[in-house]
Amino acid sequence: MTGTKKEHMKIPKIEKGIVIDHIPAGRALLVAQALGLDRVEQNGSVTLGLNFESRKMGKKDLIKVEHLELANQELEKIALLAPGSSVKSITDFTVKEHIEIKPPDIVEGLLTCHNPRCITNRERDVETRFIKVKERPLSMKCQYCERIYLESELRLR
Amino acid sequence: MGKMKTGRSVTMEALSFKGKDIISINDMNLDEIRNILSVADRLEQKSREELMAYAPSKILANLFYEPSTRTRLSFEAAMTFLGGRVIGFSSAEGSSVQKGESLWDTICTVSQYSDVIVLRHPDDGAARLASEASHVPVINAGDGSNQHPTQTLLDLYSIQKIHSTIEGTSIGIVGDLKYGRTVHSLTSALSKFKSISMHFVSPQSLRIPMHIERELKESSTVYSEHERIEEIIEKVDILYMTRIQQERFPEPAEYEKVKEIYHLDLALLEKAKRHMKVLHPLPRVTEISRDVDGTEYAYYFRQAGNGVIVRQALLGLVMGVLH
Repeated sequence: MTGTKKEHMKIPKIEKGIVIDHIPAGRALLVAQALGLDRVEQNGSVTLGLNFESRKMGKKDLIKVEHLELANQELEKIALLAPGSSVKSITDFTVKEHIEIKPPDIVEGLLTCHNPRCITNRERDVETRFIKVKERPLSMKCQYCERIYLESELRLR
Repeated sequence: MGKMKTGRSVTMEALSFKGKDIISINDMNLDEIRNILSVADRLEQKSREELMAYAPSKILANLFYEPSTRTRLSFEAAMTFLGGRVIGFSSAEGSSVQKGESLWDTICTVSQYSDVIVLRHPDDGAARLASEASHVPVINAGDGSNQHPTQTLLDLYSIQKIHSTIEGTSIGIVGDLKYGRTVHSLTSALSKFKSISMHFVSPQSLRIPMHIERELKESSTVYSEHERIEEIIEKVDILYMTRIQQERFPEPAEYEKVKEIYHLDLALLEKAKRHMKVLHPLPRVTEISRDVDGTEYAYYFRQAGNGVIVRQALLGLVMGVLH
C-alpha cells in the first residue's frame, strides 16, 4: 500500500476547502499558526497530519482545512515556511485546482530578521524586506543588515 | 593600475554613479569597482588647484552617530580637497537623536541641506534605510557590524597599487573576523575577483561568521581558517591585520581573553615573502609592533592616505562632478 493511500485512511477527505500536502516534516504547526488556523473562530475543521511517510520526501506533514480559501499573501507564507509544499483546492471531495506556490523574489513586511542589531528591529515603523538568494534550497537575505537566512531559519513577523 | 578594459560592452551610462548611493560592496559589480579605482587613480595625478575646481558650492553632510576619527576626517579632507564644504555631527550625543528623532526623519531633514550624505551608524542596515529616506546620495561610512564599503574600496585600491593587480592575490586576514565589518566587506569584494585565496586567522571565538562563509562558498572562493599567523605568513602577498574591537563584545570577559592574542613583530615577518605588505584599517592597538613601521612591509599609513583619494573619487562620482 502506498504512503498516499495510508494517509487517506488516517485523514478523512474533505468536501470543500484546502489541502496543503508535502509540507517538510515538522513545519505543519508553523504553517497552521501562520495561516491563523489555530484560532477558535476558524470556520471549518482543521486536520493536521504530522510525520507521515512519504516516498518522495521520507517524512512529510499535511494539513486539511474545510471551507478555506487562500489569499496571495497566505500562499506566500506557505511558500516561505514550507517551500515545496503542494496546495490543492477541493470542491465536492475532488481536486478542483492545483495552486502553484513559489517563494517571491522580494518579500516585504512578512519575515522577521533575527539580528537584534538590524535597523528593522531598532527603528520604529520600519518594514522588513528580504530578497531571494536561492530557490532550492530556499535562502533569503535581509536587505538591510544583509544576513542570509536558510529555509529552516525563516520566521514570520 | 586597473584601467578600464577596452572592447567590452560596458557603456559609460551603465557605469554612471551620479545620484547613486554607496551602501554595500555587494551592490557593486566588478566593472563598477574597477571604474571607481580608475577614477581614484586619475585623481591622484591631479594638482590641488585642479581638484579644488570639482565641487565648489557643494555641501557634504557628515553624520556620525558613533565616533570615528579616521573615516570622518578623511571624508572631510576629501570634500575640502574637492573645493566643497562640510556640515554634520561627530556623535549622537547633542544631536536630535537624543530627543528621540528617528534616523528616517533626521535623514529626510538633512537631505534638504546637502548634496551628499555620509553616514556612520551603530545599527546594521542603517545606511540602506537612510538611502530610502534621502533624495541626495548616501554613502555608508560603516553600519554596525555590517558593511564599510569605502574602507573596502580603499583596501582594494591599496592592494592594486602594491601589486598592480588584485587578481591572483593571496591574502591573510587576521584578528576579529566575527564582528569586524571591514573584514566582511573586504571578503565580499575580493570574492568578486578571480583566483583570490583567503587565509583567515582568528581565535575560535572570533571566527568568520557562517553567513560570510556561505557567500564565499557560493562564489567558489578558496579559503582556509587558522589560529596562528605563523601558519600563513609564508604564503601571503598581503597580510591584513585588524584590531580586536572591545566595543563590539557583548561580554567584557570574552574581550579580555583575546584582546592581545596577535602581535605582529619583526621575528614573525622573517618568513614573509619579500614583496609582502601589511595592511590595517587602523586604529591599531598592540597587534602590530612599532618596529614594523619602518620596514618595507608596512603599508598601513599609506593605505590611510589612499582613503582620502578613494573618498574624493566616490564623492565626485555620486555628486556627478566626476565621471
